[in-house]
Amino acid sequence: MTRKFSITITCITLILLTVLPYTLLSQSLTVYSGRSRALVEPLIQKFEEEHNIRINVRYGSSTQLAVALLEEGSRSPADVFWAQDAGALGAVHRGGMFQELPPVLLSTLPGQFHNSDGTWIATSGRARVMAYSIPRVDTTALPETVFALTDSQWQGRVGWAPSNGSFQSFLTSMRLLEGEDATLQWLNGMKDNGAQSYINNSALLQAIAAGEIDIALTNHYYLFRFREADSQFPVEQTFFRAGDPGNLVNVAGIGMLSTTDSRDEALDFIRYLLEQENQRWVTEEVYEYPVRINLDLTPGRSSLQDIQDLSPELDLDELSDLDGTLNLLRRAGLL
Amino acid sequence: MLTKIKDIFRIDNLPAWYFLTPAILVGVSVLVPLLYLIVRAFDADPDLSMELVFRRRNLELLYNTLLLAVSTLLVGTLLALPMAWITTRTNIPGRKALTLLGVLPLAIPGYVMAYALLGFTGANGTLAQLFGIELPRLSGFTGALTAISLYTYPYLYLNFRSALSGIDPSLEEVSRSMGYRPRAVFFRVILPQLRPAYYAGALIIFLYVLGDFGAVSLMRFETFSYAIYLQYAAAYDRVYAAWLALMLLALTSTALVVEYRLLRGLFFHRIGMGSEKKASMIPLGPWKWPAYIFVTVLVLLSIVLPLSTIIYWMIDAFDPQQLTGLRRALTGSVSASAPAALLATALAIPLAYNGVRHPSRFTRGLERIAYLGYATPPLAFALALIFFTLGSVPILYQTLTLLIVAYALHFLAEAIGPVRSSLYQASPRLEEAARSLGYGRLKAFFLATFPVMRNGLIVSAAFVFMSAMKELPITFLLAPVGYETLAVNVWSYTAEAMFAEAAPYALVILLFSTLFVGLLFAKEWAQR
Repeated sequence: MTRKFSITITCITLILLTVLPYTLLSQSLTVYSGRSRALVEPLIQKFEEEHNIRINVRYGSSTQLAVALLEEGSRSPADVFWAQDAGALGAVHRGGMFQELPPVLLSTLPGQFHNSDGTWIATSGRARVMAYSIPRVDTTALPETVFALTDSQWQGRVGWAPSNGSFQSFLTSMRLLEGEDATLQWLNGMKDNGAQSYINNSALLQAIAAGEIDIALTNHYYLFRFREADSQFPVEQTFFRAGDPGNLVNVAGIGMLSTTDSRDEALDFIRYLLEQENQRWVTEEVYEYPVRINLDLTPGRSSLQDIQDLSPELDLDELSDLDGTLNLLRRAGLL
Repeated sequence: MLTKIKDIFRIDNLPAWYFLTPAILVGVSVLVPLLYLIVRAFDADPDLSMELVFRRRNLELLYNTLLLAVSTLLVGTLLALPMAWITTRTNIPGRKALTLLGVLPLAIPGYVMAYALLGFTGANGTLAQLFGIELPRLSGFTGALTAISLYTYPYLYLNFRSALSGIDPSLEEVSRSMGYRPRAVFFRVILPQLRPAYYAGALIIFLYVLGDFGAVSLMRFETFSYAIYLQYAAAYDRVYAAWLALMLLALTSTALVVEYRLLRGLFFHRIGMGSEKKASMIPLGPWKWPAYIFVTVLVLLSIVLPLSTIIYWMIDAFDPQQLTGLRRALTGSVSASAPAALLATALAIPLAYNGVRHPSRFTRGLERIAYLGYATPPLAFALALIFFTLGSVPILYQTLTLLIVAYALHFLAEAIGPVRSSLYQASPRLEEAARSLGYGRLKAFFLATFPVMRNGLIVSAAFVFMSAMKELPITFLLAPVGYETLAVNVWSYTAEAMFAEAAPYALVILLFSTLFVGLLFAKEWAQR
C-alpha cells in the first residue's frame, strides 16, 4: 500500500513539475543574452525595480543564441537579443529577424556604434590587446604590429584562441584592411611559428601565468579580472601601434526582434542600458568601455572614444562577414 | 509480409505490448535528431559536402578521438577494477565512505577537473607556489587522458561493484572446493562473470569520451567533439558540424555493433535451488598497505584536488549576496535533473528487459538505438529538438517538460547498462514461477524481477542525475527562459575569468550530488 502511495506521489510531483511552464508566470520582457550573467544580472535587477517590468533572461553564448534564434524563426519568444559581439548581431540581422530602431534612439550614440541599417546598437565596447608575461618578456622588444609575431624570436611563445568570437572579429578586420592573401599568409606564418591554440581568453592569460606561453592575443578586460583576485598576477598588456588590426575595438550590442509583442518595454530596456549611470557601471564593474561620450569616469578608466584612435578604421557592420574568416581559418587548418 | 519482417529481425517471442511500446517510442525519439543532422548535412551543395567529408583533418580527428577513447578505457579499468574489488570484497575499513568517494568524481564537471589539473601544475601552479615543485603543465593528450579518466572511472566502478556484489558466492565456493587457488578463482570464475558489467561501463566511457568537450577543449586536444563544438561556436552555417556529427555517429555505431557481438549468449543468473547468500569478505592481509595507498591516491586526485581548487577560488572573495542566486540555481538544477533521472531509469527498464528476456535483432536494435542518443553531440541533439518541437508541438517549446525529456533521452544510455546487468543476474525462473502461480506478466515482473533489480536501478538513477546536473549545451538551448542551473553558472563565470563567483555553484553541485548518491546508497545499506 505504502509503495503504491509513494509511486502516486512521485507521479503527481513529476506531472506538476513538468507541466508548469515558467513563461506563464507573469507579463514580461524576454531577453536572449549572449553576455554572461555576471555582466548582466545587476543591471537587469535594477531595471525590473525601476520600470516594474519583469525580465526573463535566456543566457547562452552569443553564437549559440544566434543559431537558436535562426532555428526558432518567427516563433521565437525573444523580444530582444543582447549579444557579446557584432558578428552574432550581424548574423541575426542578415536572417531578417531584427526591426529598425527609432532614429531618436540611434542618435544618442556616435554613428559608428550602430549598424548602418539601424537594427542594432552598441551597449559597450572592448579592445583587442597583446598580453605578455612580466618576467619573461622584455618590454623594449615588444612587436609594434601583430604581423611581427611571425618573427622567429616569438617561436612557440604566442597563444591565441581561433574559436573565440572576438578573435574572429579581429581576423575579419585584418581581412578587410589587409586583404585575404595577407591574412592567410599571417595565419600560416603564425602556425609555422608554433602559435598555441586555446579555448578562450581566460585560458590564454592563465597559460601566460603558468609559463606555457609568453604572449597572447586577447581582449583587454580579462587581465583586470585576474588582478582583482591576485594583485601579483604576472601579466601585463599593451596595444600595438595605432591603426594596427591587432587593436580592433569591437562592441557588444542589442537589437529588437521584429516578432516582439512588447515593443515599448523592449525600447525602454535598450534606452536604459545607454543611460549614463548604467554605462558607468559597465566601466567600473566589468572593465569594459562605455559607448556614451562625455561620461565622468574614475581616473584610470577610459571611454571607448579615447581608444578609438588606436583601432583600425572600420564599419562595425562589416565585421559580421564571418564566412570568409571561417573559410580562412579552415584553410589554415585551425578550425 | 509480417512473417518476412519477423524473419528479417529474427523475432520469435515478442515482448508484451507494455514493454514494447515505450521501447519503440524511445527509439523513434532518439532517431529524430539523427534525421535532423542528415537534413542539415545534405542542405549543402554536394561539392562542398565532399570537400568537408574528405578533409585530411578529419583523419587526424579520428586518430585523436580513438586514441583518447581507448586509453581512457584502459586507465579507467585499471582504476575501477581494484577499487571495486577493495570496496566490495575486502575488509578495508570505511567501505561505505569509500564507495561514496568512488562515485563522486562523476559529480565534478569536466571543465572543473581540467581547471583543477591545469591550476595544480605549471610554473604558476599551486604545486609550485605551495611546495616549490614545478611539474610541466598538463595539456594535450596526457592532460585530456588524466582529466577524463579521473572523472569517468566511476562508470566502470559502479558497474563492477554491482556485478561483484551480485555474483553468486556458491560458484566461488564450488570452484575453491574443486581445488582452485584464490587467484585462479578470480581469473577463471569472477572475471568472466564481470563481462556484461564491463561491457556496459566500457561502452559508456567510450561514448562519453567521443562526446566530451569540457576537458578536451581546456587541455587543447582536438577530437571530433571539440571540432564539432568549434564549428557551432564559430560558424553560423551548420553543415560541417552536421557532417562531423554524422561521422562521430558512424564511429559510435561501430562501437555498438562490437559490444553487441561481445554480449551475445551471456547469462549469469543463478540456476537451481536454495536462497541467495552473501559473499564472504576477504581479509586484506599483506595487501593492506598497497590497498590503502591506491585508494588514498585515487581519492586525492579525483576528489580532493578538484574540491580544494574550488575552495581555493572561493576563499579569495566570497560574497554572501550570491546565496539567493545559489538557491534559485539549485532549484532549477534539481527540478530538471531528478525527474530526468527517474524518467530515464523507467525508460531503461523496458529497453533492457526486451533485449535480455526477448532477445531478437529487433529488441537488441532498439536497445542500441538508445545509445545513439548519447553519442549525438549535445548541441546537435538540442538544435534538432528545437527544430522538431517548434514544427510539431510548439506548446512544449521552452518548457521544463521538454528539458526533462531531452535529458532523459540523451542520458538514457547511462541508465541502460546497470539495469541490464542487474537483469542478467535476475533469474527468469522466478518470474515464471510467479506466473505459474497465476499472476499476469506485468505483475509477475514487479513481484519477482523488479526487487532483484534494485541495485541496478539505483545506480542508473545516480548516473543520470549527476550527468544532468553537469549538463551544459542542452540546458543552454532548451531550458525555459529565465531558468538557470548550477552548471550553467559555473561555466559562464569561469569563462569570464570570475573564478571566485563560479566556486560556490560548483561546490553546491558537488554537495548536492553527494547528498543524492548518499540517499540512494543509504537505502541499499539499510536493507543489508
